[in-house]
Amino acid sequence: MFFLDPHIHIASRTTDDLAALSRSGCVVVGEPSFWAGFDRSGAESFRDYYRQLTEWEPKRCAAWGLKHYTWLGVNAKEAENVALAREVIAILPEFLDRPNVLGIGEIGLNKNTKNEVVTLLELIELGARRDEQLLFHTPHLADKYQGTRMILDILRGFSRIDHARVCIDHCEEHTIRWALDEGYWAGITLYPTTKATPERAVDMIERYGPDRVLVNSSADWGPSDPLAVPAFIQAMRRRGRPESEIRRVVYDNPLKFFNQSVNFKFTPAA
Amino acid sequence: MAESTATGSMLDREFLNIRCRLLDLAAALDRVERADGSGESSQRQLIREALAFLADDGVDRAERVQMLFSLPYDPDWRTK
Repeated sequence: MFFLDPHIHIASRTTDDLAALSRSGCVVVGEPSFWAGFDRSGAESFRDYYRQLTEWEPKRCAAWGLKHYTWLGVNAKEAENVALAREVIAILPEFLDRPNVLGIGEIGLNKNTKNEVVTLLELIELGARRDEQLLFHTPHLADKYQGTRMILDILRGFSRIDHARVCIDHCEEHTIRWALDEGYWAGITLYPTTKATPERAVDMIERYGPDRVLVNSSADWGPSDPLAVPAFIQAMRRRGRPESEIRRVVYDNPLKFFNQSVNFKFTPAA
Repeated sequence: MAESTATGSMLDREFLNIRCRLLDLAAALDRVERADGSGESSQRQLIREALAFLADDGVDRAERVQMLFSLPYDPDWRTK
């Protein structure tokens, strides 16, 4: 079955992973900008990263038949330094019109601090002004519930943002309902130990339905599985879910969400 | 209820998996006690409360465990 991985950090993955994704049926990847694992030293470092995401990674993916799209922003892990974040936000418009950019992301909260909120508000303001699609990172572990609710509180202050063009990502059992009830897309991340397993993702789809749900690997430089979406497909089949529903979640849904971006120009195989 | 979750067949399918995970959990708790003794801590209290949820009935155990391990939502976060 063909699928999209709507959230995967390709820059952190090897060429062997790209080959494995291609062999498994992946046709499109969405790569949000991310924390490097260490703090970047200045705005120029971000500029190089955005060049990597808009120039180099699309070429690397194309060699394996994968269409590469990206989201640009200041990750929540990098949002604490407001002065640096402002410098980076100032250079974002140079890149947002590049042909593989879907919108602003992943942005959000990490430890739910005041500084993170300041940076997030400025990123959302930029997105709203430019009518960009938005991809939100929600915090990890104990901070997730409060952080997810805070992001939804913040978004309520932006009446001009179309909820159908926003994804609240890394939802789990205690947060998915909040995102879906307000008309947003909900991302479920398949991650060993700290997020959802394929089986729990299937549980959430059985409970809340497949509408506006995206499933992703969020595979990065840490413990993660670039083939997590195929593992989810297998878990859906073992659960007896219909092929049409599986295809909807892993193919039709991400296509529908991405198609709302002016830069998304993927033509499905006949 | 989805047809795939009919009680009998799902329990049959999940029984060995649940048994395996319970044994894994029991062994991990034994390992902790062998290494650290049986003293009290907030982490042990959370684990004890989570285990109690597992013994309850219902279809929202996962959500309840998630909430147990979550900081509470403060609607006045803007003023803190």
